[in-house]
Amino acid sequence: MDTRYTSRTLGLEILAIIVGLVFLVPFYFLLSNSVKPFAEILLNSAALPKALTWANYTKAWDVMNFPVAFKNSLLITVFSIIGLVIISSMAAHRMIRRPTKFNTFLFTAFVAAMVIPFQSIMIPLVKVAKTFNLTSSIPGLVICYLGFGVSLTVFLYHGFIKSIPLEIEEAAVVDGCTPYGVFWKIVFPLLKPMTVTIMVLNALWIWNDFLLPSLILGADPDLRTIPLSTYSFFGQYTKQWDLALAALVMGILPIVIFFLAMQKHIIEGITAGSVKG
Amino acid sequence: MYRNKKASNWLQQLVFIGPAFAAFLIIIVAPFVMGMYYSFTNWNGVSNNITFAGFDNFVKLFSDEQFLASFGFTVRFTIVAVIVTNLIGFLLALMLTQALKSRNLLRTVFFLPNVIGGLLLGFIWQFIFVRGFSAVGGMTNIGFFNLPWLGDEITSFWALVIVSAWQGAGYLMVIYIASLVNVPKELNEAAEIDGATAWQRLRNITIPLVMPAVTICLFLTISNSFKMFDLNLSLTKGGPFNSTQSVALNIYLEAFQNNRYGLGTAKAFIFFVVVALVSSVQVYLTKKQEVEA
Repeated sequence: MDTRYTSRTLGLEILAIIVGLVFLVPFYFLLSNSVKPFAEILLNSAALPKALTWANYTKAWDVMNFPVAFKNSLLITVFSIIGLVIISSMAAHRMIRRPTKFNTFLFTAFVAAMVIPFQSIMIPLVKVAKTFNLTSSIPGLVICYLGFGVSLTVFLYHGFIKSIPLEIEEAAVVDGCTPYGVFWKIVFPLLKPMTVTIMVLNALWIWNDFLLPSLILGADPDLRTIPLSTYSFFGQYTKQWDLALAALVMGILPIVIFFLAMQKHIIEGITAGSVKG
Repeated sequence: MYRNKKASNWLQQLVFIGPAFAAFLIIIVAPFVMGMYYSFTNWNGVSNNITFAGFDNFVKLFSDEQFLASFGFTVRFTIVAVIVTNLIGFLLALMLTQALKSRNLLRTVFFLPNVIGGLLLGFIWQFIFVRGFSAVGGMTNIGFFNLPWLGDEITSFWALVIVSAWQGAGYLMVIYIASLVNVPKELNEAAEIDGATAWQRLRNITIPLVMPAVTICLFLTISNSFKMFDLNLSLTKGGPFNSTQSVALNIYLEAFQNNRYGLGTAKAFIFFVVVALVSSVQVYLTKKQEVEA
């Protein structure tokens, strides 16, 4: 990397900022039109709003049933992540410390399953989910996320746990720690950097997911997540752009705030995930 | 004592591996195996009366014109989207590994579209293509903005490419940046002293050394483009005239709209084989290009 700030660097800087602004243009269209009355949107979608109209937001808030959708999305994301962290870290630890034939095979199966596209198994999955009473229920959907998330999560933990020296665990056993104590008191706290990474990566995926919740939760308005409620909004209010844009802003706001707060971990997570992948 | 130890070992295996194994078995393995079975039946999704149909579904799907068209569209889309997204991602990474003052802010900006789900992005861009572009076109008279963006087969194809590149480039940028900062400075400095041009240095030093990142980025973009669903559903709904219907959307409609689950699972099985095959061939080919620093 160059340390001197030359005129060439300045030229590049200006170019980079212009490209950055072009990248942000869609957000300009979204935000500026979300505060315009319908007639003004039709008149000129590129112009700045003449005055800020918040009525779109209050109406869209009600139609989307935003508090319910937000609560559902939050519950599903939080519980899926907690579950994934617990079951995957335990499984990965055991697979490394007890590499029996079965455990090694299981790890290979987990990794191999990552190439299966969701659409390849979604049709029988709906039947399986019905058999186990997982449909039309938020806990049921959480169980589905455990199944779909466990491969990558175990894989990431597996790579990380390999670098933890066995001596630490042996010392704890000598001091009288049970195998469960060793894991929860010694190993799990050491996994914290990877746990944070796993939490943010899974949060982005689960929060934004549309197809799985739509297949598992069905059409019940009380169970809608944010993507589901946005989707049904577009079924009802086709081309009502004033309301739709306000709904879209509210839909993306939580995850954008989450990103801005956690961006360091998100970037680290992608780097860690991709280098190991 | 020995017996006790064995029992406690079993209990540990059950507690540590059990939940992950059970979730994996119920949610991934069982549907996968059942899918293989259903693809040989004429199951309609509801009836318990499932009859074995042999290879009927597989024969049928090769004469299913919409399925073949969807496959063709998906392949074309994947090729174009993979090239465009990787080029943009790599150029952004090259730019943002220079000593720019706005570097960190811009990395955030380019990554931002990635945190928003494909479904919402598709709706946002639907507005931009339909209303935003025509407003800009009306003001500036630039032909690009006056195209019938979602109304015609060719422009709809490119609309999907534009949005997926806008969304995906920032993610790839992060991976390419991580790889670029690990290229030893000395190599580039030595080459510069020897009189190598910037292009020669990029071609002969930087690119060979970031090949592991290329392998990963190609893998990610190929599988994501092949599996495109959310964006497709909300931006074009497969239209106009089903010309932009991805394989994933085609499988979805076959099963949940036409209630032909047997045929749908057969398509899904073929889809799985193609995705697995293409990804492994790509990883094998690009891995061969990787060199040690």
